[in-house]
Amino acid sequence: MARLPASPEKIIASYGPHLNYAPREGYPGRDEPDDSVKTHCCFCGMQCGIQLLVKNNKVVGFEPWMEFPFNQGRLCPKGVERYMQDNHPDRLMEPLQRVEGEGFKPIGWDAALDKVTSEIKRIQTAYGPNAFSILSGVSLTNEKSYLMGKFARVAVKTANLDYNGRLCMVSAGAGNKKAFGLDRTSNNYTDLEHAEVIIVTGANVSETFPTLTYWLWRARDNGAKLIVVDPRVIPLARTADIHLPVKPGTDSALYGAMLKYLADHDMLDHDFIDHHTTGFDATIAAVQDYTLEWAEAVTGIEKEKIQQAAELWGRAKTSFLLHARGIEHHSKGVENVLGCINLVLATGRIGRPYCGYGTITGQGNGQGGREHGHKCDQLPGNRDITNPADRQYIAGVWGIPEPELPGKGLTAWELIEAIHRGEVKGLLSICFNPLVSLPNNNYVREALEKLEFYVCIDFFLSETARHADIVLAGSLHEEEEGTVTTAEGRVVRIRRAVTPPGNARADTDIIQALAARLGAGDKFNFADSEAIFNELRIASKGGTADYYGITYKKIEDNMGIFWPCPSEDHPGTPRLWEDKKFATADGKAHFNPVQFREPSEVTDAEYPVVLTTGRVVSQYLSGTQTRRIGKLVDQIPEPLLEIHPELAQRYNIRQRETVRVTTRRGTADFPANIVETIRKDTVFIPYHWPGRKSANQLTIGTLDPVSKIPEFKVCACRLEPLGVFTKPGEIPAFGSI
Amino acid sequence: MEITSYKTEMEFFVDMQRCIGCKACEMACAECETNGHESMIHVNYVERAVTIQTTVQVCMHCDDPVCAKVCPADAISKDGFGVVHSANTARCIGCSNCVMACPFGVPIKEEKYDMMMKCNMCYDRTSAGKKPMCATVCPSQALFYGTREEISRMRPNSTPVNSFVFGEQVVNTKVNIMMPKGSTQLKVH
Repeated sequence: MARLPASPEKIIASYGPHLNYAPREGYPGRDEPDDSVKTHCCFCGMQCGIQLLVKNNKVVGFEPWMEFPFNQGRLCPKGVERYMQDNHPDRLMEPLQRVEGEGFKPIGWDAALDKVTSEIKRIQTAYGPNAFSILSGVSLTNEKSYLMGKFARVAVKTANLDYNGRLCMVSAGAGNKKAFGLDRTSNNYTDLEHAEVIIVTGANVSETFPTLTYWLWRARDNGAKLIVVDPRVIPLARTADIHLPVKPGTDSALYGAMLKYLADHDMLDHDFIDHHTTGFDATIAAVQDYTLEWAEAVTGIEKEKIQQAAELWGRAKTSFLLHARGIEHHSKGVENVLGCINLVLATGRIGRPYCGYGTITGQGNGQGGREHGHKCDQLPGNRDITNPADRQYIAGVWGIPEPELPGKGLTAWELIEAIHRGEVKGLLSICFNPLVSLPNNNYVREALEKLEFYVCIDFFLSETARHADIVLAGSLHEEEEGTVTTAEGRVVRIRRAVTPPGNARADTDIIQALAARLGAGDKFNFADSEAIFNELRIASKGGTADYYGITYKKIEDNMGIFWPCPSEDHPGTPRLWEDKKFATADGKAHFNPVQFREPSEVTDAEYPVVLTTGRVVSQYLSGTQTRRIGKLVDQIPEPLLEIHPELAQRYNIRQRETVRVTTRRGTADFPANIVETIRKDTVFIPYHWPGRKSANQLTIGTLDPVSKIPEFKVCACRLEPLGVFTKPGEIPAFGSI
Repeated sequence: MEITSYKTEMEFFVDMQRCIGCKACEMACAECETNGHESMIHVNYVERAVTIQTTVQVCMHCDDPVCAKVCPADAISKDGFGVVHSANTARCIGCSNCVMACPFGVPIKEEKYDMMMKCNMCYDRTSAGKKPMCATVCPSQALFYGTREEISRMRPNSTPVNSFVFGEQVVNTKVNIMMPKGSTQLKVH
């Protein structure tokens, strides 16, 4: 059915988002907790260490964890308020079923699981095994990610499993595999400390990874020069040595021009290029026309600044290049990533102390979650589902004949399109809120409404979950044991601080119960999370993401282990490529030629302004958790349209005036925030909000041809002031229109 | 009462240019139940229309605290460690003299409690040998709590300054502001 059973207002009245505030005197028992649990923040790939204070099976507060090496007690506002997702009035305590006209009512676990099982079987019998699909997410632990991949292939037997990492790091993953044969940041962040030059491109570090700011300042205190590439003066850019305000969608032109400058001025590591790489000549040939003048015309950055950046990068003895979604959320996201890698390889500064490169993984387990097999083309250990040897190995681990292992399925956005076309009829989702996080979400809603059956596992009723026929009350990060892999590639332990409240169940229990009902119980009889991890270790053994040598005890004893770690006596690998043996077939790092091309939608007379989207410091992803935490919402209560005063003047837009933004996908209204800290041709809207406040009503679903990531970061829009002024928070953000 | 675990060698250092405006400090400060979940540290944009720069203001804990001097109810006291404490709840009359007198704009009269509230440098934590909560969590370490030796080793390009000149008046404080190398005073004209 998958239509809203009642008005959004009616559903919101019961299930929120409601804002959770701690009592003024604090939660009872905070000063005398029963336990202080050393675990990690659930928001973002930094996975900062934190201690959760527990009293009577409730999380009642936090205490900084001073010893965890990455953050040493430091936290961002999301981390400080992280514990407020517990004891939340919106928390789902029962499995629910949809009731037309009313909303939802509780249904017992047996009835709920029976209904889900019978619908999966009915849809697959009627339309084929791939007509039932699964969307997963990488805020899940490694154990849950692994389990979802196995569940889809072994219990549901569908090829159509993908995950919300498709909106996150897939461009970086694809680029890294092309260049290095392996998808992980090359260095841990302590290698920033003595890097002479640091480029941060397309990464609003101080808002999306605030605790990483510390390591950048450590480097600057040691004399590092910081180059920030971003269309806005983000907090990190304000004090940077060089800020390159790139026009959205032109990043690869900038990198190409810098590469040509390095080559023209012989700022190259010839020995490294000659002995450890391939593809250099073709890569230089691809950028031979990319003069500084040309780059200035394309990127909108003064050529002198590009030259300064190239000079700094070219002359450095040590360096670190970091990028994130700002260059990856493009129809040429992989090319942008390769453009960055070309700059690193040309100077040979990798695989040595203080010489680093990497994407900054966004989601809580964006790194580990993308390695262990809930991605449509992948099997655990970052194996390839189309590779016969990989298939044979995993089929052996799972105890099934290789031909029964489904093949490559559709990616997340392609899956939505297939649902829209009526080819896919059923959906199970966990840890994914596509109505907020996917582009062009009016189209996504139309697709959801065409589903014959939709079941959602979640702890809060997200905007997407409101469309479900059955909602299975699952577990929070702090309600199950497990591991995650941080943006540095460090595998850390997630601790269960409390058990799921009411009749909610652990996600792994729910998945295993469904698997048993689908007839695969013998393959899903894990006693606990450690048992799942131990099977993951075997499944990853010999793969590029090799966890075989990592055990729970080893993680606990060392506060994390960096993969690859192929044997129990192996210490892990904080820095990759020290032996200059890359994970590619020929053992060399690969240059890849990158020629600039325009984004899929460019401005024209009808849509003359560039629209880009991103994040704010107090919200995480689609906001399912953070839009329910009072102080985080109070900090930034609504999305604002950031616009330069000159552009605002052109349209006679005044401060806080509601502006109608229109693209070829839709229309949405936002109050204007007129600031000089953005390019004059570009407007910015953060995307965390649903319904009428959703920036993704406007964004475009064009995909990168390799990574299949949507082009969130650039499209064309037009602006119209409405003469209406609202106060912050005055217009409620309903979940659906 | 002698509190032996207060580490007198530890000092508080503020480096405004590192502030990223994230408000982790405000959130963490407000976790303290003695504040009634109000933050005693304040982060504000300088002028958002033209810059993303924020300021972070914590109580400077003056050597000769004017807030205490102008208090008609003797509600504000400075202890032997140099910590200027928030208003004594039994004594504060909510007159706002301190609010108007403070050269740094720190004390705030909380109308719902009809009294002044301000930072006491997390006395419950610092007196137990811990760092203040704001400086513990600050992700950029714009707020740093440690020894003078540590800060000079970690930040060789800047100097802590705790002498402020307001017109003809010099105010010396327990809290330091990080300024360009070689600075000795901050003059506010």
